[in-house]
Amino acid sequence: MKPAPYGYARAATLDDVFALLAEHGEDAKILAGGQSLMATLNMRLSEPEILIDINRIDGLSGIEDTGDAIRIGAMTRHVDIEESGVIATHAPLIAAAMAHIAHPAIRNRGTFGGSIAFADPAAELPACAVALDAVMHVTGKGGTRDVPAAQFFQGLYETAIGAGEILTAVSVPKISAGWKSGFMELARRHGDYAIIGLCAHVQFDGRQFGDARLVFLNAGDRPVSAPRTAALLNGQGWSEELSEKISASLKDELDPPDDLNADGPMRKHLAGVLVKRTLSPMAEA
Amino acid sequence: MDRNVDISLTVNGEKITSRVEARTNLVDFLRYEVGLTGSHVGCEHGVCGACTLRVDGRIVRGCLMAAAQADGADVWTIEGVTETGEIRALQEAFVERNALQCGFCTPGMLLTLAELMERKPDASRDQIREYISGNFCRCTGYQAIVDAVEIARKKGASA
Repeated sequence: MKPAPYGYARAATLDDVFALLAEHGEDAKILAGGQSLMATLNMRLSEPEILIDINRIDGLSGIEDTGDAIRIGAMTRHVDIEESGVIATHAPLIAAAMAHIAHPAIRNRGTFGGSIAFADPAAELPACAVALDAVMHVTGKGGTRDVPAAQFFQGLYETAIGAGEILTAVSVPKISAGWKSGFMELARRHGDYAIIGLCAHVQFDGRQFGDARLVFLNAGDRPVSAPRTAALLNGQGWSEELSEKISASLKDELDPPDDLNADGPMRKHLAGVLVKRTLSPMAEA
Repeated sequence: MDRNVDISLTVNGEKITSRVEARTNLVDFLRYEVGLTGSHVGCEHGVCGACTLRVDGRIVRGCLMAAAQADGADVWTIEGVTETGEIRALQEAFVERNALQCGFCTPGMLLTLAELMERKPDASRDQIREYISGNFCRCTGYQAIVDAVEIARKKGASA
């Protein structure tokens, strides 16, 4: 369909954005890559009064090594993250997730910050951010505040970004020595939204697991961590017995929704399948 | 509030200046204002790939980008890359291999595959399929399309 009529303002600076947000409030939407927003508008699921285009603001994109972390500008396109050696080295979880984000034409345009700020529970990057303890840099007229990923996602499409603020960058801690990352999702067609997906970020001592983070996408109204199940890994090597234990634990710990693609029990079952498929090769490598 | 936007862009190498409604997407602008109807409009929500265009050197969904955003951009459509001869080998391979039937998806397929051949010239059949995973064909299936890429690559290598 065609979208309802809307106004369009091209912001040249962050101050332009804050002024426009102050003027239009909730009737305004921020236009980053537009790969979710434009589809939503075309389907008339949303009818904002004005789009504030932030594509021309200098300094909002880029991948920067800041010592302990990698700082990713909100407007960095998926394709640039996909092709980044810095990301592959220091944030292999994100590198592994990129290929699952839609299709090449969408990754050419879609942005890292847009995906995080949109907070679709079925999207890959919010779950990666939670698994990696990323820090969101949220900027308003008064300055920038840092929000830990665990507190950033507050519900279906809801985040800690307040009125008059936008997400300007995300800092992702570099992977530590001895840790490995794995990403896997199950979708009916490559690039479609996952039925369920897993970010695994795990410490190893030889072939034994140490600390572990298991975060699922499309298993609730936001990225869903499974800390009780992850704790079962500590001090263990991979075995069929452990796999069974994890599957059983996930059935208890997760409460995924029903939708057209799968019901809750099927998602719970698939969560166990994902952990097995992700962790067993990691443990053997 | 002004719901119209002045834009100036390059389409297939030609400068174009226009005033567009803010809500007009890039593919509708090209079809209705510029008269380039080679890019097709399918699902209008980024799923089917029929509206694929090349903007500033990269393929994008024409239905998920406002024409207003293309101000200053370098846009190429199927008409442009056909005229320059850039994708001739691929087009000939499509014909040779019967890689199209109704042709609705073909312009998007060709632009997507042209980018694949440039960026991943050694892509395996699986990787080719992955690259066109965002382009739907509802007639022939994808076998012949993947074959066509392999034929075009071989010809390119021997040319």
